Amino acid sequence: MSEAHTDPELAEQEPEVGRDQHAAPAGPVANLVVALVVVALGASGLVGSALLGLGTAAEPAAGTWPFLISAAITALGIALGLLARRTADAERFSSSVWRVAAGVATMIGFVAVIDVIGFEIPSALLAFAWLRFLGGESWRVSALGGLGIVVAFYVIFVGALNVPIPHMF
Amino acid sequence: MDFLTPAIEGFGVVLEPTNLLYCFIGVVIGMLVGVLPGLGPAATIAILLPLTFNVEPVTAIIMLAGIFYGAQYGGTITSVLLRLPGEASSVVTVFDGHALARQGKAGTALGIAAIGSFAGGTLSIVALSFLAPLIAGFALDFGPPEYTALALLGILLVATVSNGGKVKAIIAACVGLLLATVGRDAFTGSERFTLDVLALSDGLDFVPIAMGLFGIGEILHNLEQRRKAAAAPGRVANVWPSRGDLRQASGAMGRGSVLGFVLGVLPGGGATLSSLAAYALEKRRSKTPERFGSGAVEGVAAPETANNAAATSSFIPLLTLGIPANATMAMIFGALLIQGVTPGPQLVDEEPELFWGVVNSMYIGNVLLLIMSIPLVGLFVKILRVRESVLAPITVLITLIGVYTVRNSVFDIVLVIAFGALGYLMKKFGFEPGPLVLAFVLGSLLETSLRRSLLLFEGDPTGFATRPISGALLALLVVVVLLPLLQKLLRARRAAPEDTREKAGL
Repeated sequence: MSEAHTDPELAEQEPEVGRDQHAAPAGPVANLVVALVVVALGASGLVGSALLGLGTAAEPAAGTWPFLISAAITALGIALGLLARRTADAERFSSSVWRVAAGVATMIGFVAVIDVIGFEIPSALLAFAWLRFLGGESWRVSALGGLGIVVAFYVIFVGALNVPIPHMF
Repeated sequence: MDFLTPAIEGFGVVLEPTNLLYCFIGVVIGMLVGVLPGLGPAATIAILLPLTFNVEPVTAIIMLAGIFYGAQYGGTITSVLLRLPGEASSVVTVFDGHALARQGKAGTALGIAAIGSFAGGTLSIVALSFLAPLIAGFALDFGPPEYTALALLGILLVATVSNGGKVKAIIAACVGLLLATVGRDAFTGSERFTLDVLALSDGLDFVPIAMGLFGIGEILHNLEQRRKAAAAPGRVANVWPSRGDLRQASGAMGRGSVLGFVLGVLPGGGATLSSLAAYALEKRRSKTPERFGSGAVEGVAAPETANNAAATSSFIPLLTLGIPANATMAMIFGALLIQGVTPGPQLVDEEPELFWGVVNSMYIGNVLLLIMSIPLVGLFVKILRVRESVLAPITVLITLIGVYTVRNSVFDIVLVIAFGALGYLMKKFGFEPGPLVLAFVLGSLLETSLRRSLLLFEGDPTGFATRPISGALLALLVVVVLLPLLQKLLRARRAAPEDTREKAGL
């Protein structure tokens, strides 16, 4: 698709494939950190596999295969580190990363209490929080939506499918 | 031709009311997913996996397959009307499809796309019906060394063809392989990487990983960059393409079918790549390439035909070799495993009902899609008015509750959230989740075959090279690894003299 860049009309017509292209790329430091995380993962894999016993080619042990993969991960992580300055496919965290963190937090809250009080209240709260604070819906839509979603889920999962999900009612 | 008997009997399986219903549900969901940008077919299949546990394997796979090829139809609609590809495989349709729409010929574009999709899908199923049993018969003799080479090649091809950086894709694949080793070792019985967590001693389950990485990961990624609400498109009139348009597009459809079929069979190929290739092919061989981009019907017909043909033919490696060719096929592989069915060359003979039921359901599914997509375009476009802010919490809750229902385990909800966060970070830093899931699915097959082979060869790794099939596959593997490097070298050497030409835009 090299024409896309030379033909101004086609370039203008280039579609928005997701929104990823518009996100700012991450800096070399972030890329280096990513590479280090990969290397660390590989290294801990190497240690873990060595503890399991490496075996030989004729008699592979439990650690042989994980050791090979971990070695590959470590090597590729190092390669990633060397390429860190030229890497352009990582995105910078935008100012709205709090939304992602908040989203994850609501899910953690959900799983923390589901065994104790059932799925209804945490589901309603999660749906409300996502609608109102992450989705920017009005208070009314959010409150009614949260309730409606839970009722629908109750009817489908508990009523119709009889799924053994922890529930209050 | 004695395999034709079970092939025809397969229609009996499809025509059972339950299977017809699930086929219908599958293609409708696929259509919806295709229309809605955001969640792709892999993510949707991941989220809906729990729904399939209580039904027969054949019914489950019929539905999941319907989601996959249905999404190829749906993705077109938004490409044409809104310049917003619902699926990656419909990206090139935007060029000419939207140009046609601006000329008031949206109906023509959609009609051509629907007919092309139907033609590509159907031709591909016919080819699959004849080819798949042959490949499966050939693969029956495969031993552990062949499977080792095949699984390695599959993972590597998927990793190198994916859109992100190759190094990152291979890292993702390796992490998938490593995750597959968690749990009790099948050979020695010792526990690996369980961190003394009891729930991990049986290994990580496929469902929370797939649902987390694809489902939650994608939703979280969408949360950070909010989409502008899609503008409601105008009314679509005159969906039936004229005879002239059809005649103009028929060649493109034929070529698109063949190209899509071939690329779909190759691991890593699949719908997206084949739609790009088909568009490029039509533009190159056209006598009037300047029409492309400003409303050429071939520019809609070719990619839409090709992506459907590829979506269908990518079932071949899965159903005949047990090797999924792309991330969506990895999901279907996982669904089969959960149902207690191991896909592989024995599938055609041992589970003819499943094999032919699924294959033949695609005929029905394509007919259903053709019926739905032409007159019901307006209805599907209305779906776009459903706001992402409303869909997101519903999808999250379906995922969290759904994953619980698989094994009645709260720990699996924890896993799905953890893998969701990982999926978000991976997307953020340019790692495709697809290779990870695919490698995870193939991980235990790869390790088991490798260790069996090594035992077979008494520790001599040259044994892989001396067996004809595994040797050939390994040679192919080497080519796949070395070819890009060679190309780079050649380009670097040629770059100096050609620099001036490139600047001139040639």
